[in-house]
Parts: sequence; C-alpha cells; structure tokens
Amino acid sequence: MRWKLSPRNEQRVVRWLLLTLTALSIFILAFIIFFILRHGLPVLSWKFLTRNPVEMGKEGGIFSTIIGTIVLIILALVVATPLGVGTAIFLTEYTTESRLTRIIRFGSECLAGIPSIIFGLFGFILFVTKLKFGWSILSGGLTLAFMVLPTIIRTSEEAIKFVPRAYREVSYSLGGTKWQTVSRVVLPSALPGIATGVILSIGRSIGETAAVIFTAGSALRLPTSLFSSTRTMSVHFYILAREGISLSNAYGTAAVLIISILLINVVTYYLMNRFLRKYTG
Amino acid sequence: MIEKRDRIRGISAAGNSKMKEKDRERGSTGSSFFCLFFFWLFFTFFYFSCSLRPGQKGITVAGSTSIQPFADQWAEVFMARLPGRVINVQGGGSSAGIQAALSGAAQIGMSSRELKPEEKVLKEFIVAWDGLAIIVHPSNPVDDLSLEKVREIFAGRIISWKEVGGLDRKIHVVTREEGSGTRGAFQEMVMHGERITKKAIVQDSNGTVREVVAGDPYAIGYISLGLLEPRVKAIKLDGVEASIENVVRGNYKLIRPFILVTHGEPAQEARDFIQFILSEEGQNLIQKQGLIPAKLVCLEKLKGNSFK
Amino acid sequence: MRIRKDREKFIRLLLLAIALSAISILALISIFIFSEGLPIMIRRGFKAFLLSSDWYPTEGHFGLLPMIVGSLLVTAGAMIIGIPLGLAGAIYLTQFSSKKVRMVVKPMIELLAGIPSVVYGFIGVVILVPFVRDNFGGPGFSILTASLILGIMILPTILSISIDSLLALPPAYREGSIALGATEWQTTRLVLLPAARSGIIASIILGMGRAVGETMAVIMIAGNATSLPRSILDPVRTLTSNIALEMGYASGEHRQALFATGVILFIIIMILNTIANLTSKRMSS
Repeated sequence: MRWKLSPRNEQRVVRWLLLTLTALSIFILAFIIFFILRHGLPVLSWKFLTRNPVEMGKEGGIFSTIIGTIVLIILALVVATPLGVGTAIFLTEYTTESRLTRIIRFGSECLAGIPSIIFGLFGFILFVTKLKFGWSILSGGLTLAFMVLPTIIRTSEEAIKFVPRAYREVSYSLGGTKWQTVSRVVLPSALPGIATGVILSIGRSIGETAAVIFTAGSALRLPTSLFSSTRTMSVHFYILAREGISLSNAYGTAAVLIISILLINVVTYYLMNRFLRKYTG
Repeated sequence: MIEKRDRIRGISAAGNSKMKEKDRERGSTGSSFFCLFFFWLFFTFFYFSCSLRPGQKGITVAGSTSIQPFADQWAEVFMARLPGRVINVQGGGSSAGIQAALSGAAQIGMSSRELKPEEKVLKEFIVAWDGLAIIVHPSNPVDDLSLEKVREIFAGRIISWKEVGGLDRKIHVVTREEGSGTRGAFQEMVMHGERITKKAIVQDSNGTVREVVAGDPYAIGYISLGLLEPRVKAIKLDGVEASIENVVRGNYKLIRPFILVTHGEPAQEARDFIQFILSEEGQNLIQKQGLIPAKLVCLEKLKGNSFK
Repeated sequence: MRIRKDREKFIRLLLLAIALSAISILALISIFIFSEGLPIMIRRGFKAFLLSSDWYPTEGHFGLLPMIVGSLLVTAGAMIIGIPLGLAGAIYLTQFSSKKVRMVVKPMIELLAGIPSVVYGFIGVVILVPFVRDNFGGPGFSILTASLILGIMILPTILSISIDSLLALPPAYREGSIALGATEWQTTRLVLLPAARSGIIASIILGMGRAVGETMAVIMIAGNATSLPRSILDPVRTLTSNIALEMGYASGEHRQALFATGVILFIIIMILNTIANLTSKRMSS
C-alpha cells in the first residue's frame, strides 16, 4: 500500500519547498549585489568618476569609460530609434496584416534573440575591416544600433497596437488625416511603451561587452572624434577583473554599472506602471 | 441604426474633449515630429562630417596582449612628449594585430612571435626582446623542470605532478588561444611541432593566465617574463633561472621578439612613434619596464635557438 | 486640401523608406552571415563540421563537435538550475504569498536580469571556480560552474514570464477549483499549471535562448578547452566562446568557419523562436 500524504500535508510540504527555493533565488540576487557593492562602494568617489584611467587602469578613475559608454549608447539610439519607431509605425498603421508583415515580424524576433557575439562578428568584419572605420565609436555605435533595432521595432509595435482603436476612429471621424491621427493621437499615447523599449535597449547596451570590444576597441583615452576608439565601463571592468590589474577599481566600475542598471530599472518600472494605468485605471 | 449614431456621437464627444486637450497641450505635433526628424538627419550628418577631419584620427596600434601594457606606456610617454598626437592601443593577440596591419584596420601591428612566411610582406621593426616564463603556483614544490618534461606536460602525456616530483594531483594545464603570439612562440620553442593537449584550459591574455595559475595550486602555464609577479612562481628550465640576465647571456633559452609591423613604409605619425621607441629614450623606458632592449640581443646568438 | 493630400503621400513614402531601410539592415545581417558561413559548410561537408572533434583551425581542421556538445551541456545544466528556481518562485509568489510581497520581489529579481554578464562571470571566477575546485575536484573551470552561473542568469526570465502567465489566467480557474475543496497546491498542479503551460514553456525557451547566446560569462568560467568533456568537472568551450576567442585573428577559411558557427547558432535560435511562437499561438486560441 502506498503511503500518501493528505492534501493538507502535501501542501504544507510543497509550500515549504517552494518558499525555500524562492528564498534561495532572492538570496542569490541579494548576495551578488551586496558582494559587488561592498567592495565597490568604498572605491567610489568624485575623483573616481571624473579622472581618467592611468597605467592601464591601475590608478586613476573611470571618466573616459563613462564618456565612452554614454557616447556609444547615444549614437546607437540616434540611429536605431527613428528607424525602429518609423518601421513600427509603418508596419502597424500603414499596412495590413499580411504574409509579408508576418515574415518581417518573425525575422525581427529572431534577430532580437541572436547572440550579441554574432553582431560583434558582423560589425568587426563589416565596419572595422571592410569599411575601414577601424575600432571606433562609429563601428561600435552602429553595431549596437543594429543589435537593439529589433527590440525597438518590437516594443514600439506592441505599444502602438495597444492604443485603443477607439482613439483612431474618433480622430478619423473628426476628419483627421492618417498622419495627423498617428502623430497627434497614437504616438503620444504609445510614448511610454516606446520609451520602455528604448530604455530596455539602453540596459542591454550598457552590459554589452563582446560586441563592443571587437568594434569599438578598448582604448583608454578620452574619445576625440567618431573615429576614436573608446572603452565602455563593461569592457573596462572585464579587462581590469580578468587580468588582475586592479581588483578594487574593478569593483568600483562594477558598482557604477550596477547602480546605473538599478536606476534604469526603476525608471522603466515607473513608466510601465504609468502606461498600464492609463488603459486599465 | 439610431443606436450606432448615438454611440459614435458619444465616442466623438469623449474623443473630442481628449483631442482638444491634446491639441492645446502640444500644438501641432505633426510638424514638430517633422522638425525632429530633419533635425536628427542634419545632426547626424553634421557629426559625421565633423569627425572626418584629417589628422584628428590618430594611429591605431593593435595586436599582442603581451606587448599591450608596455605599448600603452610608450604611447603615454610619447603623447606627453608631443601633445596633439593620438595613439590608440588595442589588444586582440599577435595574429589579430598582424591581420589588422594587413587589412589596414591598424597602422601598426604588434606581434610577440616571429612572422610566418606568408606574413613577411609586412615591414618589421624589432623593438624589444622578452623572455617566456613557465609559471606555477608559489606553493607548488616543483621548482625545476627540463624542457622535455615541460613539453610532455603540455602535450598531455604527463598528467600528474607526482611524475615530476610533486604532489599526487592532476596537472591543470593552462594555455593561450591559438592566435596568441605568446602561444606561437611557446609552440616553436617548447613543443617543437607537437600539439598542446586539447584538454588544456584556454585563456585569452597573459594577465588571465597569470590569474588562473595564481589561484590554482595545481596549475601550470606560460606568460611573458616581463609580466611576472610574486603571486606566481617561474620554474627553472634545466636548472637555469628565468631572469633577464640569463636571457641576455643566452643561458635561458626561451626568448622571443617584440615586433612592430606596418604595411609598407609607415606613414608620418606611425614612423614617429616607432622611431621614438627605437630611440635611446624609448629603449631606456623599455629596460625600466622589465624588457630587454632590442640591441642587447644579438641575432647571431639566437640562430642556435631553433627560432625558425 | 491638395497640399495636405500631397503631404500625406510624402509621409507615407518617407515611412516606407524608413521601414525598408530597417528591414534591409536586418536582412543584410542575416544574408551576410549565411553567405559567409554556408559555402564552407557545403564545401567541407556537414560531417566534417558537426561530427569531427578536431578543432585545429591553423591546420585547416574545423571540427565543431566539442563546441556543440559544450553549448548543449551548459545550456541543459542551466535549465536544470534555472527552471526549478524560476518556476518555484513563480508559483510561490502567485499562489502562496501576498500581493505585496510579490510586488516587491518580482522587480527585485528582474533587476538580476539587468546585471551585465561580465559581472556574473567575475563572481563565477572569484567565488564559484575555487569552490568547485576545492570541493569537487578538477580545475574549477567546468560545465558545473558554467551551468550554475548561467542558471542564475536565466532564472529572472523564467520567473518573470511565468508569473505573468499565471496572473493572466482568469480568476475563475482558481476560484472554481478552491470552491470545489481543492488545496492551493492541488489547484496549482492540476488546473493552473496546465492552463498556463504555453506561457511557461515560452519563458523556458526564452531562457534557453539566452543561455545559448551567452558569451562573456562562459569565456570567463568554462575553461574553453577544445576537447569533448567527460564529466561535469571538465572544462568546455561553447559555440559562442569559440567565435569570440578566434574572431580577432581569423582569416580566410578560418573566418568562414566562424561564420559557419554563426549560421548554426542562427538556426538554433530560429528553431527555438518557432517553437515559442507555436506554443503561444496555442495559448491565445
């Protein structure tokens, strides 16, 4: 005869098991963040953030890498956002759902899942070598732009689709043209959703290392032009940490990275809530 | 029929107020989007063309991760000396540097191994010499190995430290990636054509190999002599200690050149940089860094080292 | 009126041009990879690529088998770690804890997803590698280490999307079951999980995609050996690490072999995406 627990007891056991596993997940997260911040926060100072690295990063601060990160992300967004949002508008508002749009959507989703190292390979061969841009902000920014483009298209599409049809119908019934409807009614309403996609892309780009090393290089100087090579914080952290150049500076860089991600997550969450509340509240 | 009309009227009314609000807040959003778009186009174009100013580009020096930390210092001193010059130092490995010089992605390539016949189209400048150190963890009782034993360890034929007088533990072999000049030099001078074991752990820079060996009591690896640190121990080869003196005197056999390569005659800026490194001041700096200045080693002496 | 009509036409053309540029960029990337990678695969034969375990690129041998096995094992290991943790968390946070707890914990764990992979790799090197080496043997750089770290990396994805799937179910499911006298766990096990099945599967597939595509963390902790692993304590190399390690200097056939690796990864992702699409279609119908 099989010994079986009563449903009540079975639930008690299961509930305890689930709680343990959940607590484990939370513990791991807390541990990672605590570990980095504990070693990294003491290193942070105004000097650390505003001075350039000296001697391969052993001394000095991380200012040039902060600038490098910001410039790369700006270039990537300047290229990818208009392209992505424009494509999303066209696909949702100006065409009908057809085989072609479904193929495009599938392709875009696939590309959103492609490992970033492949974008790095592509960018290295095309921009750095064939087009002779060399290791530069241009190569890195364009590669990052291609990488986030599918994500921006997808999230913008979702955001635009989420705008209730009633809004558009009202606009048309009032005599608005297509573009007027899109630009004055649909886009402003979809803006938080689109912004979320943009911010997600920022988050992805900040942590991107493999694709950036092979396209933007790892030069430590402050970049002077689009063709300068530059180092991002993730790349700097990677090099400092794995070559044992300066563990304390590595932790400091990681701390800056984690705090930035935290801020970005908070902003995203706030925006998402506003977006959802608009339509369900 | 009537219902529909009423409904539309209702929605219109609701939408109307919303529309008017939006209109009041934003004015003509349509044209502002337009302006935004053209502004973006203009801005991107402007930024692009601005950055195409000649002379601002600077030169890129790319390749060996063994040379990279030293080259970074050479560049710092050089740029302090001649402000306005920009030198970007990249890593990637010797083979990558040679490729970059060939393709034009870099003006100067750095290689820590001899060039292969098909790469000899590049112009070479030997700027320094460097020893190759075989390293183990400081706690490892093994101090001294013959070249043959090292070869057998890296080929995977000797698998326990016990076989060479150490603890009864498996040897963890650490090597560089295939494109590394350090690995290339190691394969030439130590392996003599034999392949390094497939089971070896592969890391992609001198620093990383050093970190791995510094943390693992049973690891063995090879790094640039100039990058030696107290956290790892360099073993003696056939009784000879791995030191700069022994390398210069020719007692310690593992030595390889640091070569800067260019595609054809180097252009003005690249030439100035190379000349600086080859100058007395540059060579003094190299000596201070723990490398061997180019002149100190006679090529004749090396012929016996089976470098080819 | 005429000006407005012309402007509308102009805008439509402009948007069409933008969309075509974006689409052609995406197509360019795919075509580039396939055009560089397929020829060598066809020329050398799929057997030489997929079934040979000799990776000696400088000698012309491009056997990817160790890397394929490496990717598979590491991903499988990540699933073993990530799925139980993720699902357990999702079930607990939706069925057994209060809404307030969920509102706090869910974004916290989503924060995990944003941490750069190099930070994960670093923590793996500094904490896990010595731990595995001292307690389990081997060099510490191993399938086990990589699976643990990757599992933690995909945990937020599985957890977050599973929570969303479970929350999207009509409340009637749960309420009806409880009304019939079932316990929460019976309800979850017999009613909710089967109902949310496609969403949960989608989350797992997404996590799998992320694990397959991870490069930096794996390079730092898996050892990158080019041999077929014999135990989970052996070092491995994945397809992505292979590309990253050799990319800088590869030329000629070697470079094409790397693109061929890219083609294989591309196909794997396409298959995963198709499966995810099919299961989510079943969900909406």
